[in-house]
Amino acid sequence: MDNAVTAKKKWWTGGHSPFNVSYGKLMMWYFLISDAFTFGALLISYGTQRFMAEGWPDPNVVFHSFPFMGHANLPLVFVSLMTFILIMSSVTMVLAVNAGHYMDKKAVVKWLSLTIVGGIMFLGCQAWEWTHLHEVGAWWGRNPFPNADGTAAISTNFVDFFFTITGFHGLHVTSGVVLNIIVLINVLKGTYEHRGHYEMVEKVGLYWHFVDLVWVFVFTCFYLL
Amino acid sequence: MAQTQNASDRQASIKSIWKTFWILLIVTMVEVGLAFLHLYSGFPGKLLLNSIFIGLTIVKAFYIVAEFMHLGHEIKNLIWTIMMPLLLFIWFIIAFLADGDSWKHMRRNSPSAPLPAEKVAPAHGGGNHH
Repeated sequence: MDNAVTAKKKWWTGGHSPFNVSYGKLMMWYFLISDAFTFGALLISYGTQRFMAEGWPDPNVVFHSFPFMGHANLPLVFVSLMTFILIMSSVTMVLAVNAGHYMDKKAVVKWLSLTIVGGIMFLGCQAWEWTHLHEVGAWWGRNPFPNADGTAAISTNFVDFFFTITGFHGLHVTSGVVLNIIVLINVLKGTYEHRGHYEMVEKVGLYWHFVDLVWVFVFTCFYLL
Repeated sequence: MAQTQNASDRQASIKSIWKTFWILLIVTMVEVGLAFLHLYSGFPGKLLLNSIFIGLTIVKAFYIVAEFMHLGHEIKNLIWTIMMPLLLFIWFIIAFLADGDSWKHMRRNSPSAPLPAEKVAPAHGGGNHH
């Protein structure tokens, strides 16, 4: 069916998928659209609260620490590392998908394993960041950070949104890692080789890239703006 | 013959994956670089800086969706089915952020509301009409 794509093809006359993708991939896309709206709603409500607020903490002051660097002032450095890890794991994922197209089981195992390692590294970084913020007094309902203009904080919106949104994203990374591990086990067992295609790797790949995509927006909204 | 064709296809696709990786990495480095430039020199201004950040974020989102998620290589039916609902975000963002801003002004101008911080009070004091 993939070869039959021509300009004149009538996509809506039946007999084939009008989207030229399998049912499973299409449903993954639909799920991701709904998930995009969930994250979008969270980020937009964060933006609304921020526009409503008289003052807001300066991200470069809040996020300035790096593991084992003590009190060194390193704004953005740690989160840049986290971003790099997640982009890297997206690349290894797409390489796993690519290897699957060529039925190269060894390469799929290699790249999928590296993706899982990347996901776990990202979660480790996030765990460190949450622990650090908790130590300096931040948590849901507790905001130790003064506003950027020097006035005292009067609401806990900043920390509430930060922990809720990065937490929800972290939950997605966690379930992505679990899905990747399940698919890796199936690859090792030869399930997909037997089935004749590695489409399952593509489906979890879509999910994994979406998690990376959300991080791009979280990174901008919380750490840059 | 078919084998070598296959192998060269694979090389080309792997090459394009790494190209996307470098684009994403460089855009992120530019973002972080600009943030540092702003921290130490105050340039570019906050409004310009934020506009650049949002623009670059959309560039990154485009490359992730089009290349990594392969949507750029799917047929138009699928691309439109996925992108059309997301266009609603344009309205959501404008409407809700404007709403938040309007709330801030209403609260400032309301005589009964306690002013949140003494520093911002004088400039907007008095006058409950807006």
